[in-house]
Amino acid sequence: MSSSGQASTPAQASGGATSPAYTEFHPRWYRPQVSTYWWLGKWAYVKFILRELSSVAVAWTVAIILLQMFALIRGQQAYLRFEHVMRAPWMIGLNVIAFAFLLLHSITWFNLAPKAMVVRVRGRRLPAPLISGPQYLAWIVISAIVVAIIVSRG
Amino acid sequence: MVNRETEPIFWTLFSAGGVVAALFLPVQLFIFALAVPFGWMHAPAYESLRALVHSPITRIYLFVLCSLPLFHFAHRFRYTLYDGLQIKHLNEVVFAGCYGIAVLGTLAAAYLLWVV
Repeated sequence: MSSSGQASTPAQASGGATSPAYTEFHPRWYRPQVSTYWWLGKWAYVKFILRELSSVAVAWTVAIILLQMFALIRGQQAYLRFEHVMRAPWMIGLNVIAFAFLLLHSITWFNLAPKAMVVRVRGRRLPAPLISGPQYLAWIVISAIVVAIIVSRG
Repeated sequence: MVNRETEPIFWTLFSAGGVVAALFLPVQLFIFALAVPFGWMHAPAYESLRALVHSPITRIYLFVLCSLPLFHFAHRFRYTLYDGLQIKHLNEVVFAGCYGIAVLGTLAAAYLLWVV
């Protein structure tokens, strides 16, 4: 992720004059215009943007949880309506997409961990699978426990 | 709002939220948005689910499940908008919007789990 600068060029500050703005102290910076769709050119960039957009699926999932809790508090009728909405085709469509993005987030997050933290054992760097492996294991165990708890309430 | 002093706080929230989202959110969405609607799993009975959510451990779990991932979202989506759309002149608006959602969502979760 890049840093966020607050700099603006003199031309921007003066509202974009027709002639190039002259400054006494330093030349205007050369800043080539980058297209808004710069990330479409290369698969690595597309993957980066998809990974970053997974955060929208994260927020969406939290919104679903909040709606579910709201319905649960309002009563049985409200909760039945919640379950009904969750069965609507448009809702299922959105949730299939959201779930795919959540999986993308989990996998990229676990795979990034060995790059983000260097663990050394007896002076040797621990290989990547030994760092991401336990996270995948934890993921599976946690998911199984949550499913078991909900099934036991069926 | 974001400067050399505050950035580590936002980044820590992003990171902690990323872990929670990666480990706990997929199964949550899978059960209630896919498995139950498709009939792969029985829908939990209303009273039983309400009793589950009423227990203190579940309340703490759900609060963490809602709040931290929202701050993860706020940080990541903010930079997606900065880098993807190059809207640096709207930095303050983007910041207020993203963290506004995170704070409101956290307050909503706190309220709902308080009254449940």
